[in-house]
Amino acid sequence: MLIKKPDEIKSSELTDESVYKSRRRFLSAIAAATGLSIGGGYLLSGNAVGKPESNAKSDDARFADLPDGPYSTDEEVSEYSDVTTYNNFYELGTSKEAPARNAHQLITQPWSVTVSGECDKPGVYNLEDILDKQPLEDRIYRLRCVETWSAVIPWVGFSLADTLKRFQPNSKAKYVQFVTIHDPENLKTQNTRVLDWPYREGLRIDEAMHPLATLAVGMYGRILPNQNGAPLRLVVPWKYGFKSIKSIVAIHFTNEEPEATWNMLQPSEYGFYANVNPAVSHPRWSQSKERRLGEWLKRETLPFNGYAEQVAGLYSGMDLKKFF
Amino acid sequence: MTRSKLISHVVKPLLFAVCLIPLLLLGIIDLGANPIETLTHHTGDWALRFLLITLAVTPLQKLTGIGEIVRVRRMLGLYAFFYAVLHAGIYFVLDQGLDFRAVVADVIERPYITIGFAVFLSLIPLAATSTNAMMRRLGGRRWKRLHRIVYLSALGAVVHFLWLVKADLREPLIYLAILLLLLAFRTAPLLTRFRSAVFSPDH
Ligand code: HEM
Repeated sequence: MLIKKPDEIKSSELTDESVYKSRRRFLSAIAAATGLSIGGGYLLSGNAVGKPESNAKSDDARFADLPDGPYSTDEEVSEYSDVTTYNNFYELGTSKEAPARNAHQLITQPWSVTVSGECDKPGVYNLEDILDKQPLEDRIYRLRCVETWSAVIPWVGFSLADTLKRFQPNSKAKYVQFVTIHDPENLKTQNTRVLDWPYREGLRIDEAMHPLATLAVGMYGRILPNQNGAPLRLVVPWKYGFKSIKSIVAIHFTNEEPEATWNMLQPSEYGFYANVNPAVSHPRWSQSKERRLGEWLKRETLPFNGYAEQVAGLYSGMDLKKFF
Repeated sequence: MTRSKLISHVVKPLLFAVCLIPLLLLGIIDLGANPIETLTHHTGDWALRFLLITLAVTPLQKLTGIGEIVRVRRMLGLYAFFYAVLHAGIYFVLDQGLDFRAVVADVIERPYITIGFAVFLSLIPLAATSTNAMMRRLGGRRWKRLHRIVYLSALGAVVHFLWLVKADLREPLIYLAILLLLLAFRTAPLLTRFRSAVFSPDH
């Protein structure tokens, strides 16, 4: 009689399931993350979604076993350790490593978002108010930085459109602006003039209403680490990463194209639209290729970061070389 | 042991080993989420630092009055070249994957790469003429004149750095300040000489 060795069984099962490899990796990432979170995870990541620490477990439960959001990719997700130690978040320091190191400078509790401008329901909303009515999803999207690195991140988030609609933008709301927290007392870099603080970004209203546009409160099945823009950030996967503004404290509906930080700093380099476009190179970086975190060889960059089918229609008739 | 022997037999070999530490560090430190970028930055930083250290030798010699210090200058300069070769090599092989056309496009289109490349080229004749034989062949005066290029190389390297930074200019500006200080040190005697030539009483 033939008795299978344990490792044989394991490998055959693996082959059967190889299709689900990336998905399983993700699930195990969640398991690892939640396992950590039940202990000191809350303190470790130094943040909370406007809730006392004792509720950490229930929050994690709320973040687990979520349905996939629209157009989620089944590509292999990036390593959690890479995504949390390699950040562009100038409020916490201008090097890639600084934001993780200075994460404690960002105080996310309490957190509220001021909604203003061309809408019928302006006001100051507690983060919990915004969160409560939103069904959370795992939104697994590619992220492409203008610096030519990229990642695949399983965000925990919800539809930006549904959220904005609750504030009832009026017919004059052609654009929406987002503003990052301004707290120079704690966020030390904000005492320098590296950027024109506070960080601002904006979208055309039809872009903001696209189902891919996401507000994220977590990733990898757990609460957003501070360095990744806790407690509430934008994710616009078809645009360069700097559009996906972090740690949002204000949402403003306007009639005119709003100010956007990098665009203000260097309009010839950073457009307001900033759609991922391999055909339009940046003065510093050719945008035709990108390197995934964790990979050695570069890969081709796709128009609209691979979301052309979903979003190209938003820009029909526009000269994308001019409106870069 | 004489001071001269001490420098040649102890200080120099020791320094030789110390200058390899930045390279060895690459085998030890965590290269992070984007290892190629870390390698590029690390080697670029050290190429620039060694250029500046090399330029600091003569001022240091003047300040301390220890003439023999100058014996380590050539080695330091060659280390600058060594790290620049590593830096450019990492860019060409690892970052660009030996894609020759992409490299040419980068050199032509991206100002910071253009100048980095020019700096790299400028270091080649300096390294090539660093042997005793070459020094003798060129003759002291011509050799000296040629090697003054190194100031331009260092300035170019700082501009390369300034140009590649997105918004936070603080770090490259520190290097610029150091370079200007070193330049001031070298030009100060010239200025004094110029001034005394122009304003001297017997003029
Ligand atoms: C063929 C020539 C060269 C090429 C292609 C080149 C390319 C690069 C690239 C791609 C970067 C990183 C840019 C980024 O992260 O956005 C860089 C950074 C840098 N390079 Fe070069 N470089 C060259 C020559 C040099 C030389 C000769 C020096 C100095 C002597 C130098 C010093 C630096 C420095 C200091 C940095 C910044 C490192 C940091 O950000 O900490 N480079 N270079």
